[in-house]
Parts: sequence; structure tokens; C-alpha cells
Amino acid sequence: MRNYPEKPERAYYFGTCLADMFYPESGMAGIKLIQQQGVSVIFPPEQTCCGQPAYNSGFPAEARTVARKQIDLFYKNYPIVVPSGSCAGMMRHHYPKLFENDPAIDQVKNFSARIFELSEFLVNVLNIKLEDRGKPVKVTWHSSCHALREMKVTEDSKSLIRQLKNVELVDLENEYECCGFGGTFAVKQPQISDVMVNDKVDYIRQTGAARVLSGDCGCLMNITGAMDYRHIPITGQHLAEFIWERING
Amino acid sequence: MANHQALDFEKNVSRALNDAQLRKNFKFAMGNFILKRKAIFPDETETEQLRTLGNAIKQRALSRLPELLAQLEEKCSQNDIQVHWAETTAEANRQVLDIMQAHQATLLVKGKSMVSEEMHLNKFLQGHGIEAMETDLGEFIVQLNNETPSHIIVPAIHKNKDQIARILHENIPDTPYTEDVQELNAIARKTLRQKFYRAGVGLSGVNLAVAETGTLCLVENEGNGRMCTTVPPVHIALMGLEKVIEKLEEVPPMLRLLIGSATGQLITTYVNMITSPRKEGEKDGPQEVHLIILDNGRSNIYADAQRRQTLQCIRCGTCLNHCPVYTRIGGHAYGYIYPGPIGKILNPQVEGLEAAGVLATASSLCNACEEVCPVKIPIPELLRRIRNESYANDFTGTIDGHGYKRNWVELGVWKAWAIMNTHQLINAAGQKIMGTLGLKLPKLGPLKNWTRHRTYPQLAKKSLHELVKEHGVDNE
Amino acid sequence: MSSQARERIFARLNAARPNPLTPGPGVGDLPVKTYSREEKIEHLKSLMEAMRTEVYLTSEQTWLAELKEVLKQRDVKKLLYGPQSPIGEALQSKWKNDDRDLPELVPYDKEIEQFKGEVFNIDAGITSTYGAIAETGALILWSSKEEPRLMSLVPPIHIAVLQAGKIYNTFLEVMQKENWAGGMPTNAFLVSGPSKTADIELTLAFGVHGPKELIVLIVDGE
Repeated sequence: MRNYPEKPERAYYFGTCLADMFYPESGMAGIKLIQQQGVSVIFPPEQTCCGQPAYNSGFPAEARTVARKQIDLFYKNYPIVVPSGSCAGMMRHHYPKLFENDPAIDQVKNFSARIFELSEFLVNVLNIKLEDRGKPVKVTWHSSCHALREMKVTEDSKSLIRQLKNVELVDLENEYECCGFGGTFAVKQPQISDVMVNDKVDYIRQTGAARVLSGDCGCLMNITGAMDYRHIPITGQHLAEFIWERING
Repeated sequence: MANHQALDFEKNVSRALNDAQLRKNFKFAMGNFILKRKAIFPDETETEQLRTLGNAIKQRALSRLPELLAQLEEKCSQNDIQVHWAETTAEANRQVLDIMQAHQATLLVKGKSMVSEEMHLNKFLQGHGIEAMETDLGEFIVQLNNETPSHIIVPAIHKNKDQIARILHENIPDTPYTEDVQELNAIARKTLRQKFYRAGVGLSGVNLAVAETGTLCLVENEGNGRMCTTVPPVHIALMGLEKVIEKLEEVPPMLRLLIGSATGQLITTYVNMITSPRKEGEKDGPQEVHLIILDNGRSNIYADAQRRQTLQCIRCGTCLNHCPVYTRIGGHAYGYIYPGPIGKILNPQVEGLEAAGVLATASSLCNACEEVCPVKIPIPELLRRIRNESYANDFTGTIDGHGYKRNWVELGVWKAWAIMNTHQLINAAGQKIMGTLGLKLPKLGPLKNWTRHRTYPQLAKKSLHELVKEHGVDNE
Repeated sequence: MSSQARERIFARLNAARPNPLTPGPGVGDLPVKTYSREEKIEHLKSLMEAMRTEVYLTSEQTWLAELKEVLKQRDVKKLLYGPQSPIGEALQSKWKNDDRDLPELVPYDKEIEQFKGEVFNIDAGITSTYGAIAETGALILWSSKEEPRLMSLVPPIHIAVLQAGKIYNTFLEVMQKENWAGGMPTNAFLVSGPSKTADIELTLAFGVHGPKELIVLIVDGE
């Protein structure tokens, strides 16, 4: 079990490249949720990507180049909040490995120790209490593999949803199975990835939920892309954006 | 080694994914295994402790491998088990043949042995006029159908009752067609009993070899393993050199991990521990026991500290059961002997990257395998290692064939990506242009694979960077 | 050839020279499981029964009667036994005075080479046991001159006589307590039920190559 710090005065925010390009409102919602709890959010403007795409594809040197840039930007001793289990996992668990033999390893470890996925930060550091002002809705939750297995924040995410009293959370069948995104896996092994995402979509339909929520933009892109292709009228939404909507009615 | 046709993984995958029966069978079976494993390891804390111990036992053994192999050989020899060493599968095949010919034996009964699959032993022996009869029910079925196993533990899982009924009916004389499982078993029992009775030599694998006492441990449910290692006058045991552990007392926790992970049982029907051939005054059991220790690339894997972790594998098959890719494509699609996550890291290291490196791309790095591996092999880390060496852009590497994928195009793409992502201004400019013109991400090369079953994601009109600025969020 | 291969393999392994590992956890770090005497019997019985073993609780006075009942029910014609085994003498002495419904006692007193056909055609075999393990529900057998290995494998019915006082808590316990590492027999094995398989569509079926039936007579000396 992770030791969580007290609520800080300031926190960094790492938006992630996917949120930046495709889900900026979700990224923004995460910031607002933190600010609303009285924490000052700092967004270093030169941030870009955690480097995971290169790291997973066989290009560790390029990943290191990009990672180094991020590490240098978040140099003060504030917690770094990340609205993605995948990116958080990369920066927390894989950066130390990526920089194993690097002279800057201590700086890297310091950085990694300050990484928090958004849900775990809201629940365990900010002890957030949510009041649901929205209309009744049925949702289901998809956890990214790294939120589930590396950052282990799935229960935190679900506990946030359960705080919303007009929201009915239905569990997915085969909940813990990968949606098939896997970054470049989706384009390198498309046959397998396609089948995986379509199975995931079928499970989502089976729940009867109107929305599928996730804490990861990669999974969202993957799942909503497949749902749209099949003209399935279920919405995919990032947890941060969903929560922000619910508490603002 | 060069016993395979070039692996056409894409075609294999295509065939598997379009086989509705295959997919149904595997989905059912793997789902079952996942539930069974959860049930037999109900306490997370205890399980974690056990896995940590399993990892420690294997790592300790590997850290002293030459010493333990020497001790194993010494103990076995003291107990009259004859130890043979084979660098290649060809050598191992030859050793089996020599033993059979020395006893003028023409029938070999086999318990399940993945090492014998690596050797393509059956085909080799057949070429020398020797019948090598599989006796594990699943192996027996696939052998009759002239196939290879599709799963390490349940070799015929890709087959239905009706398919199995037909295989037995068509290949065993005087055998009726029946889909009743009890009757199918009875047919196998009757057929193989005669083989056990007549065979000149019995063959088995080795689940664990204990250096301390020179003991070979085997687990099974059917009894065919005990038959093969007790009835014929000669017993040959095949093992990969990584199977040795140091102490006898390490066997109980290792078996708890192996059996629980492999079949979801607390214990198999039989746990068989063999330390010598028949002794003076004993009335049955083989009079000769041979242990063939096979290298086949393992010592090369051993040489690298990170890769060495591959050798921790105890062949339980649970990584297969939990893999979303394996569940969908089945074992044969992998083309080489070991399927699933372990296959994806082992085959490229043994066969070379050019032949089998593609297997390492067939993973979304979901980590489900690592989460359940009883000896904590960091499979995703090793997959990345194989991917890294496939490109070896820094021209270093220890796996045969490293750098085979290196090309200017991909390197250029990632270098450009690195430049963009270390220069936010360039990054932002690029996004702005595409966002303003409403362009979707260009359909560059593999990126077009995205739209086979998905719509394109839309680039947002305003990036998060822009929203953040608009909302006046502090920048330091 | 094998010795050349051996040299080359060892040369490669030795060249790697891995760093010595800090000890890490050992088997002693695992939680120790203990059962009371009654719990041992109960736990063993329930685990074995769940795997289709028939388990009878008997005493020194009643086990033979129970055995005879079991044999009669199954119409066993020939019972393979080890004449010099712990139960051999009891069987021999008690059989003569009884009725013709009982099977013929067939002693396993020659080498298998002179006996194979008969062993493969016998209905049932009876053996004593080294002991049992409560935690996993398994009998322990050690091969011996008195009770050859095939007795508990080839006949379709295996009857095992277990002394209740020889039920150990765990596999680790029996190994350590009885110092197995000090000397292993030709063949030590555990048996947790009749043979089975789930190779066909994961459907469990009993009676494959090993015995179709396992009957355990627990003799409670107390």
C-alpha cells in the first residue's frame, strides 16, 4: 500500500499528450477538480509526452530524450498529478528502469516518487467529497491495464463514481481484460487489436450502460473509435470530465 | 532449430481469428483456468508471499546453475542414474536413439515433455523406425491427428468432443464413434495400456530436478507418467538445464505454485519423485534410468542477467491462460513450440530474432501475465528488451539477429517524434495547423490500420496547453 | 560426445559469472499450517473424497472386515499384495479362515519380468502407506522391496491402508521431520485420488491410466 502525503498547497499537473491533442476538456477538468479543493495547480507549459510510445516500441533512446525533458520541467518538490494510469505508470515505474545506469538516476527517482494518478490523488491525498447534481445515469468502468496493474488505482476510480448518488455503476464482464490499444500494438497487430476492442465493446453493450468511463485517453480513443464505427450510441468519457459535469449539474 | 517453415505470423493470426470454433473453445477454456487459479490462490497476501518465494528459489538456483548442475549430476550418478549432456536438439535426439537401439527397442511410450517437442523427437525416431507413442491423453489426441500441442498443459484444448471422437474413431482400429467423455477416456486407456505393457523404453520430462538429492520430480493426473517411468525396463528423462533447484525442501512450495497455476488444483493426482533405477531386491521399476540435460540456447540466454530471468519458467502455462492475445489466437498461431507470453520471449531468444522476433510485437503489454507468473518473470520487460534488440539502434545486443528491423524510416519517425516532444513550440505549431484545418491524423503507413474497425479520433480545436493558458493556470 | 557437450555447456555457464545473490526468503518464511489429530483425519478425508477417493475410518480391530466388505462389493477376484509388507502378514493370517466370496490373495513375490501379464490382469492391489499429508489430501508411498511400485498403479482398484498417526500437516513438514534429504528411496510418490483427466473440453473424467478407484482405510490406533 502506498504512503500518501498530506494535502499540499501546490501540485504539478502533467496533462499527457493524448489529452492535449484529443481530450483537452478532460485534462482541464482534472485541473479544476484539484483547484476546487484549494490546491494551486502548476502546469509547466513545455511539457509534452511521457515517452511511453517510444519506450514500448523498441526506441528507448528516443524515449529517454523525451523523458529527460519532462523530468527537468517538474523540478520542484511538488506532487505531480497525471490524469492517466498509463502515463503515470510509465513515469513512476518505468522511468527508474529507463535511467538505470544514468548519472541523473537520483533526480529521476525523486521525480518518479512524486507521481500520482488523478483518482488516487483525489481520493487519498485530497480526500475529495463529491455531490452529485446530475440526472440518473447508468455507467460502466473500463480500467486501463496500467491503472489496474501498475498504478493499482482502479478501486480509487470506482470509489469516486460510487460517491455520485445518481450514478449506477455496472461492472463489465471480463473487466480486467485489455481493450487492445497497447499504443502501437493497435497498428502493428491490427487483426488482434480489432478483435480485442470489439469484444470490449460487446461487453460494454451488454451492461446496458449509457456511458463507459475510463481514466485513460488511449483506451477511450480505442473504445469510442470502435463504438462509433459500429454506430453504437454509447458515450465514452474520461472520469475527470464526467465528475466535473456531475458535480456542476 | 531450422525445423520450421518461415513463420507467417500474420497469416496464422488471420486463420485463427476467423476460426469461430477455435475462438469459442479457447475463450471457454481460458476463462475456466482464470477462475480456477483465483479459487486455488484465494488469499492475495499469501499468494504474493508464495510467488516471491518461488522467484527467490529460482533466482538462487540460477545464480548457482553450473554448481547445481554439477551436484545434480554427481548425486544422480551415485544413485546409478546415467547423466547425458546435449548442446543441441540433434545431439539429444541421437542420445535417445542410441539408448533405444542399445536395447533393440522399437516402441517408446512418452509422458508429456515440452523438451521432446523442442527436439521434434517423435518425427526423428519415426525416421529410424521407432514408434514414439504419446500417452498423455491430450498429446495422444494431437498425435493421432498429426498436430502439435496448442497449450502446454492441455494440448488438445483446441479440439471439441466431436472432433476428438472422430479422431479416435478414424485412427484407432475397431473403435466406435462416441462423444461420451467417459467412453473416450476408456478407449485411450485400453489402447495405451497395451503400449505401456509392450514398450521397451519409457520417456518423461522433468518438472523439477533437485540437486541436493539427485531427485527428479514429476507431476501428473492421469497416471501415464508413472506408467512410462515404471513399467518399461528403461526410463529416459529429458530436462532443460534450467530445471534444477537446490534443495528438496523447496519442492513443496514450487509444486504448490506449479500445480495451482497450471491446473488450479491443490495437488495433482500423482507427485512422482525418482532418485534411482531399480535397486537390489526391488521387484519392479526400470533397471536403467537416463537423464538427458539439454541446452538448446539456454546457456546463451543465461549469459545475460536480464534475459536469464526467462529461465525461471517452470512451464505452468498460466501466462497463456491470462493472455488476451493467446485466448484469441490459440497456440498454433505462434508457430514455434512455446506459445503465449513465455513463447513470445523464449522463441525469439532460441530461434533468433529474424525467425521469431515478430512474436514480441503480439502483445499490448497489458501485464496480465506478469501479474500471475508464479516465479515473477518480468515478461513485459523482456518483451521490450526483444523489441529494443530488434531495432538495436545503438548497435548493441546479445540476441541472435539483433538489429534485423533497423531501418531509416522508423528511426526517422521516432527521432522526429523526439524533437517535437522536446520542443513544445514545434509540437504546438504542428497541432495548431492540423487542428485549424480540421485534418485528422494523416494515414501514415501502419496508422491506417487504425481505421479498419475504428473511426479516426478528432484533433481538438484547442489543445490542453491552450485551455490551460486561457484559464490562467500557473505555469510555475 | 556427451562429455564434450558438457564441457562446452559448463564453459558458457561459468563465463556468465552471475553476481551472488543475497539470500532472500526461504521456505522457513512461509506460514506454518498445523491441524489437530481429528482435523488431520477430517481434512484428509474430505479433500480425498472430493477427488473421488473412498475413505473409511477404521480401527486395528475393524479394518480387515471393512476391507473384505469393500472387496466383496466390487466382486474382486484377485488381490495383489506384498507378503512381507506390514499388512501382508495380517492379510495372510486372516484370509484362510474366511469365506469363498473373498478374492484370491496374489503375492507380489517375483520380479515383474516374470509376472507382468498377471499384474496387468489383476483386479485390485492393496498397499500400506508411508503416511499422508492433511493439507493437500494426499497419501505418501515409498517404493520398497516388500511393496513394489506397480501395485498402486496397474490394478484398476488400489486399496491403501493408512495409519492415522502417520498423517502429517504438510508436505514440507514430513520432508523436514523425517529428513528426506538424508536419503530418498528409489521412488517416493504422493497419491491424491484415482487417476483423472480434463483434457477433453476440460470435462473431468476419472479412471484414465492409473487406478480407476482409490480406497483408503484409515486405521485409527487410538
